[in-house]
Amino acid sequence: MKEKPINHAGAAATFIADKPHLDFHDARLWDMRQKRDAQMHVLPEWQELRSRASAIKEHALANLADYLEQFERNAKRNGIHVHWAADGTEHNRIVAEILAARGARTLIKSKSMVTEECDLRPYLAARGVTVTETDLGERIQQLDDQLPSHIVVPSVHKLTEDVARIFARHYGTDPDADDPHQLAEAQRLAARPVILHADAGMTGGNFFVAETGTFVVCTNEGNADLSATVPGVHIATIGIERVVPRMADLGVFIRLLSRSALGSPITQYTSHFRGPQDGGEMHVILVDNGRSARLGMDDFWTSLKCIRCGACMNTCPVYRRSGGLSYGAVYSGPIGAIIDPTFNERKYSTLPYASTLNGSCTNVCPVKINIHEQLFKWRQVLVEHHQMPFVKREIMHMAGKLMGQPKLYRAAIAGTETALGTLPRFALYNWLNPWGKNRELPEPVKETFHSWYRRNRPAAKPGQTDNAENTP
Amino acid sequence: MRMKIGLFVPCYIDAFYPGVGIATLELLERLGQDVTYPQEQTCCGQPMTNAGCVSDSAASEALFVRLFAGFDAIVMPSGSCTHHVRAHFDAIEQTDAVRHVRANTYELVEFLHDVLKVRDFPWAEFPHTVGLHNSCSSLRALRTASMSELGEPAFSKPMTLLSGVKGIRFATPARPDECCGFGGTFSVSEEAVSARMGLDKVRDHHQAGAEYIVSADSSCMMHQRGCAERAGVNIRFIHIAEILNGARQ
Repeated sequence: MKEKPINHAGAAATFIADKPHLDFHDARLWDMRQKRDAQMHVLPEWQELRSRASAIKEHALANLADYLEQFERNAKRNGIHVHWAADGTEHNRIVAEILAARGARTLIKSKSMVTEECDLRPYLAARGVTVTETDLGERIQQLDDQLPSHIVVPSVHKLTEDVARIFARHYGTDPDADDPHQLAEAQRLAARPVILHADAGMTGGNFFVAETGTFVVCTNEGNADLSATVPGVHIATIGIERVVPRMADLGVFIRLLSRSALGSPITQYTSHFRGPQDGGEMHVILVDNGRSARLGMDDFWTSLKCIRCGACMNTCPVYRRSGGLSYGAVYSGPIGAIIDPTFNERKYSTLPYASTLNGSCTNVCPVKINIHEQLFKWRQVLVEHHQMPFVKREIMHMAGKLMGQPKLYRAAIAGTETALGTLPRFALYNWLNPWGKNRELPEPVKETFHSWYRRNRPAAKPGQTDNAENTP
Repeated sequence: MRMKIGLFVPCYIDAFYPGVGIATLELLERLGQDVTYPQEQTCCGQPMTNAGCVSDSAASEALFVRLFAGFDAIVMPSGSCTHHVRAHFDAIEQTDAVRHVRANTYELVEFLHDVLKVRDFPWAEFPHTVGLHNSCSSLRALRTASMSELGEPAFSKPMTLLSGVKGIRFATPARPDECCGFGGTFSVSEEAVSARMGLDKVRDHHQAGAEYIVSADSSCMMHQRGCAERAGVNIRFIHIAEILNGARQ
């Protein structure tokens, strides 16, 4: 299927043109990065924790099938129904069947990136189920019919005035009242009745533990606990890569997660779900949706170590200045740019290029995913799979040929000098020249280093003279 | 220790900043080194490889190895080119000559700091406040300075070298490790983000009180200078080789 690649550069340019949003977005996320640094500095064992976390994840992924089956056995023993979903469609069908069997028409849910991946809400809406997000940021995005722009703070690209307008449209509140506390209260008043009368509840899961058959949900608003416990039917959707072998392993991840994400020592709620409440039901849906295939990719399988903390997004200078929506995908930022192409190479072929390869993402990653090296590697894969635009591919091909031929190269350099020195300004700075849109070009020079050297070091030793023969 | 050094001058320095190449050459000669600039040199191949077009780097890499395999050390005033030669020279067969070149290629700062172990530059005086910009290749790939993300003990090879220059003062920007947004072809394919990052970078240094931005990478500075000039940010740029070689401004 031919699908147009995401125009990240264009969307980013639009985002940058809006100064109030850009400035807030950059400052807010940079503040999270700095708070993360402060937390790192109070833990002398920070790097050891990262190494340990990475090793646990790599071990779990290397033995994934065994740990998944161990979890299933133990979870069933705890009274949890365990379902297996090969892809998003199967996941959605399982959810719909659970709801239909109980005549459930309303579902409250806390934030879950996997359900975004599966596109659950439209599927259920088409079957007459009303889905209400209970996480504040996710609810704002739901009301505004947008994807989350960040995996931890889904509406971080919005200002309070944007939220006031959205709430006014849906909740009838004052569109000009943008005090955050008032807005939070408006959401609370709107959400509580829905929560109290919901037929079923849904959460994600940050980790699930093979040896105990239990799972853990980390949140800051308490909405996941309400979603899980109030209705009596709790469905948890979790990606298969989130398994850890032992309860003892959890401590490593809990210590890293919120410190990396928000720069707080721990999330407000770290809830362990061990089985259904009295008279209730608990379902865990383990979702593959491309993960097994990713596990088989030599260069990219370690992206499955991700614990979805968002630290790579917060530190990414490109993400901070382009906004998550510019990636046009469920997962944005550096981690998105290495995961998204596994879902659709053509559509997301531009994302690995939305990076300067600066490497800050790799350094902050709590599970040591070599994100910038995978971005680099993805570019090679995309070129091999013919996903690079033809013109760019040809330019690279011609440049590569030119660079192998010293004589031609010298002639080309001389041409550039002349052009920079003699072309009128409008010719250098037009719409065909993206460099010149917001930047001046370097000034032309009288003499290249090459010419200077020939003039100033005439006593060239044998073998040093310019016997420019072309290499084949 | 007198070494036979091959000088590589990156294409953009050759064409736009010849003074940086001259300063690098003169500085190495001043330090008693036997320096040769092989005149057939073109490019290290980085632009093609970083775009994903690895096979298109083969001709550059083969030429590079042919020209430089005979030297004890290959020195270049560029972190990203050094990183390319050392870590990504994969388009050609890995012969002994290729391995020799990869293992003996140095960025100028690390060569001065680690190999020649120079600490004093008595001929140099730069009575100005400078903000140091480490390119991401120098910082996170070559590790010429400590990285803020890791919380490791602070060190900075370029800062150590510059501290041997009389009269120099340092300004500390708020986000010293933030990428300036050059990124090679990124500067054109993601023009808006790139230019915005560059503007933020030069403003950060300017607000910290820097008269000059000094860096071991001219590519970052070519981009930053362009952003500063267009936006009217009053700051100047100088390569670390020029200061260490005794440039007076």
